[in-house]
Amino acid sequence: MIEVKDIFKKFGENEVLKGISADFKPGVTTLIIGGSGSGKTTLMKNMVGLHEPDGGMVTYDGRDFTSMNMEERISIRKEIGMLFQGSALFDSMTVERNIRFPLDMFTEQSRGEKLDRINFVLERVNLAGKNKLYPKELSGGMMKRVGIARAIAMNPKYLFCDEPNSGLDPKSAIIIDELIKEITAENNITTVVVTHDMNSVMGIGDHILFLHQGKKWWEGSNKEITATDNQELNDFVFATKLMETLLKK
Amino acid sequence: MQWIKNLYFYKNNYMVFYQFGKYILLLKAVFRRPEKYSIYKNEIFREMVDIGLGSLGIISIISVFIGAVTTVQTAFQLTSDLIPKSIIGGITRDSTILELSPTICSLVLAGKIGSSIASQIGTMRVTEQIDALEIMGINAPGYLILPKLIAGIIMIPMLVIVAIFLSISGGYLAGSASGAVTAAEFIQGLTTDFIPFTVVVAMVKALVFAFIITTVSSFQGYYTDGGALEVGKSSTKAVVVSCIAILISDYIIAQLLL
Repeated sequence: MIEVKDIFKKFGENEVLKGISADFKPGVTTLIIGGSGSGKTTLMKNMVGLHEPDGGMVTYDGRDFTSMNMEERISIRKEIGMLFQGSALFDSMTVERNIRFPLDMFTEQSRGEKLDRINFVLERVNLAGKNKLYPKELSGGMMKRVGIARAIAMNPKYLFCDEPNSGLDPKSAIIIDELIKEITAENNITTVVVTHDMNSVMGIGDHILFLHQGKKWWEGSNKEITATDNQELNDFVFATKLMETLLKK
Repeated sequence: MQWIKNLYFYKNNYMVFYQFGKYILLLKAVFRRPEKYSIYKNEIFREMVDIGLGSLGIISIISVFIGAVTTVQTAFQLTSDLIPKSIIGGITRDSTILELSPTICSLVLAGKIGSSIASQIGTMRVTEQIDALEIMGINAPGYLILPKLIAGIIMIPMLVIVAIFLSISGGYLAGSASGAVTAAEFIQGLTTDFIPFTVVVAMVKALVFAFIITTVSSFQGYYTDGGALEVGKSSTKAVVVSCIAILISDYIIAQLLL
C-alpha cells in the first residue's frame, strides 16, 4: 500500500499541492483526476521521487520514501513500474531491448530467461512478435503497450501511469485501460493512474481522487461519482456534452 | 518588490556560481558506483566509436590544412636572410604540438561532439526518457554521462596525436609544394631542439579539454527544460560554454606548465 500524508509542493510562488493525503491500496486501480493545473501529475511525480515534496511524506508499505537516501530509494524503485504520457521508450533501442534494459541492469537471469520474460510481457500486451521493431515504427497505442510491457517486466509491486490514453483514439484508449485493470488485478499491484479522461474514470476507476486547486476535493468510486453534489466535480464530470447526455439518461 | 523577484530569477537561473554548483553536483552523481559494469563497458565502446572514429575525418582535414597554413604563413613572415629556413619546421612543430592541434581540434570537437551530446541528452530529458531511467532505479547521470566522459578522455587525446602527425605532414607538404622551405630544411627544423615535454603539455590539454567537452555538454543537455526549441538552445549553449571553458583552461595550463 502507498500512503501519502499531507503533501505540499511549491514551484517558486506557485503552490501546486496544498496538503494532500490519500491511501492507494494493492489490487485496486486508483485514479487521480482533475482539470489541467490541478496538481495531479505533480502529485504522482512527488510520489515516485521525480519531484521532492516541500512537506509531508510518502510511504511504500510503511517505508518512508521521502526521508530515504538515493541508495535506499533505488531499492524501492526496483519495485515500481511507470508508464509515461509519451511512453518514454528509448529511441535507439528495439522493443526487445527496451524491455530487456531493466532486466539487464538488475537481474542475473540468463539470456534465455530474459527472452522468455520479454516474450511473456509482450504477449500480455498483445504485441507478440514485435521484438525487433523500433519505437519510431510503432503507433501511439503500440508505444503505450510497449511502455506497459517495460513497466511490468520486473514484476512491480506498484504501477504508475501518467495519462495512459492521452493522444489515443477511443478504441485504443479502452484497450490500454483494460490492460491496466487486468494487470492490476492479476498481480495484486498498487496502481495509480493520472488521467482526465472520463472514459477511464467510468471504465477502471475502482477508487478515484479528484484534485482541484491543489487540494483533494473529492474521493470515492466511479459508482458514486455521478451522484455527488460536489459542484467542482460535477463541472469536471459533465464538461462534455456526451457525458452529460449519457449519464443523465 | 519587482526588483526582488527579478533578483530571485537572476540568482536561480543565470548566476555563474549557482550553475557551477549544479555542475559539480551532477559530476558527483556521475561518479557514483555503476549498477552493472558490463553494461557501462558496452556503452563506453559504443561512445568511443562515435566520438573517435566519427570525428576522425573532420580532424584529419582540418589538421592537414592547419599545418599547411602555419608553414606558409611562418615562411611569409621570415624575411631576414639571417634566420635559417629550417626554423620554419621547428615553429610548425612547436605551434602544432603546443597549441594548434589540441586547442583547434578541441574547439572543433566541442562543436561536433558537444552539440551532439547536449541534443541527445536534452531530447531524452524532454521526452521523459531520463525520468524513465530514474524510475527504474538507474543512476541516470552515471549511465548517460560516464561512458561519454571515459570515451572522450580516451579518444580525444588519440585524435590530438593524429592531428599533430597530420598537421606536421601538412606543413611538410605545403612547404615543399610552395617552395617556401625545402623538405630537407623542414626535416632539419623539425628534429632540432625538440622538447619532448611539449607533447606532455599537449596531452594534458587534450585530457582537460575532453573532460570539459563531455561534461559541460552533458550538463547543458541534462538540465534542458521545455521542448524541441530548448533542446536546440541547450545544444548551442553547450558549444559556446565549452569553447569559452577550453580557451580559459588553455591559458591556465600554459601558464602552469610552461
